[in-house]
This record gives sequence, C-alpha cells and structure tokens, in this order.
Amino acid sequence: MNFRIVHEPIIVQEAIDLVISRNAGAVTTFIGTVREITGSKKTMKLCYEAYEPMARKKLEEIGLEIKEKWQNAEVAIFHRVGELDITDIAVVIAVSTPHRNDAYEANRYAIERIKEIVPIWKKEYWEDGEEWIGNQQQTKAYPSGEPKGVDTYE
Amino acid sequence: MNKLLFFAGLKDIINADHLELNLAGKTVKEVKAELKQQYSDLPLESVLTAINEEFAFDDDIIEKNDVIAFIPPVSGG
Repeated sequence: MNFRIVHEPIIVQEAIDLVISRNAGAVTTFIGTVREITGSKKTMKLCYEAYEPMARKKLEEIGLEIKEKWQNAEVAIFHRVGELDITDIAVVIAVSTPHRNDAYEANRYAIERIKEIVPIWKKEYWEDGEEWIGNQQQTKAYPSGEPKGVDTYE
Repeated sequence: MNKLLFFAGLKDIINADHLELNLAGKTVKEVKAELKQQYSDLPLESVLTAINEEFAFDDDIIEKNDVIAFIPPVSGG
C-alpha cells in the first residue's frame, strides 16, 4: 500500500522502496517533522487526528493527480496520527520519476495538496495550553474559501 | 439513520465524536442550520462537509444511511 495513515513511527526507507523502479532516475523524499519553536511559542508535543478512510482516499487521489501531471511518476505517502514528540516524523512523501526536476516538483505538489484536501488535524500542546490548528479562531478557514480543486484533477 | 462525524475542535464543542440522526431528504445546508441551532458554538461557516467520504456541496441531498462528516480546516503535513 503506497498511501497510509499510520499509528506507529514512520520508516522512511519503506516509502522509498515503494517508488524505486527501473524507470526511475530520481527519487525525492520529503520528511515533515515536529518542530519545537514556532515564533515565540514552544511546542511540547503534537497530536494528529485523521478521518482515516477519507484521508487514505485523498492521499491516493493526490497520487493519481501526480501521475497525470508527471509522466511515469511513482508516489508513496505515509502520514502518522496520534501523539508525536519533537523531532518525530509526521509525514513522508517519496516520489520517483525518470528525471530529477519532475521528482522535485511532484514532491512539492504532494505536500501542498495534503495541506489542502486531506482530512488530518493537528493539535499543538504548548507550555501554557493547547489548540487545534486551523480551528475556528482563524478568521479565514481556507485562503480561497474552500480547498482548491476539491475532488477534481486540476 | 445517518451517522454524523465530528473531528478536531468540533468534537470538543459537541462533546462527542459522532451523532446519530435521521436526515434523509435534507440538504447539507439544512442539516448545518439545524446543528447550528442546537450547538451555536459550532463554526460551521468554515467547515466543509463530506458525504460517504467525498466532499459535498451545500445543496446535496442526504440519503438513508449516508455518513456525514464535518471537516474543519485541515492541518496535516
């Protein structure tokens, strides 16, 4: 399975192994990790929650979008949920393509789409409180009112 | 019956991760309005709705046994 929501620590090499192919001349990996300091705030830990069956579907959909846009691309995406500590890996995206430029571009595309259409939420625990990120305190939920290209292949 | 799923901050507001209601024949918009009456703190203006794991529009009509999920702004990655 190339698109996973996981409850255990992510093993990056597993994602890479899924996209290696005889056609590939480049593999890019993006690894999203839990950052301690954001501005003046210190994060103690994070908790990710997902609507798991839909999140998996949306990750698959991103994979299909990439295959349409970049010829012969192979994609694997794992996103972890549950409690994560500082430096833990939250997400890994591995993309292989015949040539390097496509691998970089497609990988960047994947993380941006995850942040738009995949139902996963992050709760930050700070020294002095906790908050769901992207919650109602934000004046604008999505920059354009709703995720771009919902259910479409842009 | 229809299962309604709530996530992240929405779950905290209604103090449950799901509700069971009979909503067949109603539109997404009508359901949101009903919820808003009962839970005035729900920020449903910024929430997208999914029916059976696909994003839905406000005028989509809910059928028997559909699973309705309320998707607040996502923050994965």
